[in-house]
Amino acid sequence: MANREDIKFLSNPNIGGADKKYCRFRKFGIKHIDYKDPDFLLQFVNEQGKILPRRITGNSLKYQKKVAVAIKRARHLAMLPYVTDLLK
Amino acid sequence: MLNYEVTFIADPVLSGDEIKKTVKAYSDMLTKEGCTITHLDNMGLRQLTYPINKKNSGIYHCIEFQTDSGAIVPSMELALRRDERIMRFLTVRLDKYGVKYNADKRAGKIGKSKKTVEREEEKKKEAAKEIQVPKNADKPISLATKSSEEAPKAAAPATNDAVDLTKIEGIGPKAAEVLTAAGIVSYTDLKSKSADEIKNILSTGSSSLSHLDPSTWAKQAEYAANGEWDALKKWQDELDGGKAADSEE
Repeated sequence: MANREDIKFLSNPNIGGADKKYCRFRKFGIKHIDYKDPDFLLQFVNEQGKILPRRITGNSLKYQKKVAVAIKRARHLAMLPYVTDLLK
Repeated sequence: MLNYEVTFIADPVLSGDEIKKTVKAYSDMLTKEGCTITHLDNMGLRQLTYPINKKNSGIYHCIEFQTDSGAIVPSMELALRRDERIMRFLTVRLDKYGVKYNADKRAGKIGKSKKTVEREEEKKKEAAKEIQVPKNADKPISLATKSSEEAPKAAAPATNDAVDLTKIEGIGPKAAEVLTAAGIVSYTDLKSKSADEIKNILSTGSSSLSHLDPSTWAKQAEYAANGEWDALKKWQDELDGGKAADSEE
């Protein structure tokens, strides 16, 4: 019987192919997104302070909506800019 | 019970007393209307990312409160809107996750606050150590020698009796712990046990260890007990995770 370890691949399966994106909120069980934490929200905006799309951040729809709301609240409280350049 | 959170930015031109008075006015207003204030957070002076009322900084405050109905909110917001000292405010109703998040944050379980708390604790510990060391040095010699005598005594039994069982290939820290708890503290103890006996101990100690194969451990322990580390190492190289290698079969 061939063991699982004995199976050889023609090419190294670990090389190539970017890691699959995942929703960090689902993965780590984050249920609440704080609008008072601009450093965290900075991960979800681009250099111009625009909200990054889901296809880039990998967020699930549920949490993308929450992120968007949190960013908009942070903007209202002047914790994140509405418009800017060279944010990062 | 509804949980709300109101964050507002006070004018930085105000003096410290005036700001305190403003915050107190709103917290008093809330308590007067039958709300219980869960937490009053002074987030301090922060730079605004865009100017508001031609000012580039503001003093942030956040009041988290509990109320039976949301009836208070419109009147509170009206007062905030009319207040010249308040530059901006935001009232948010918190769901259960928000309440938990805030509680965890206060307890230092979330994010930066946790790290800073840990760092502070570490710093405190280090500071305490640093304090202790000079103290010992300053103490009379008799005390110092006493403490120095006690220390090796406490450490010595641990090093002498409990040898590093993890040296045996196949025994991890967890397995070693279980074995030590079962009275196997030296290589000679391990040597005298048969594979079945060890397996029994392991499976009773922890179910996750029952998959380990202790068939070679006795022999490895024999090498170790005799101090034949080179021979042990050589043989371990041939072994595969503590099991007899395929070549032997």
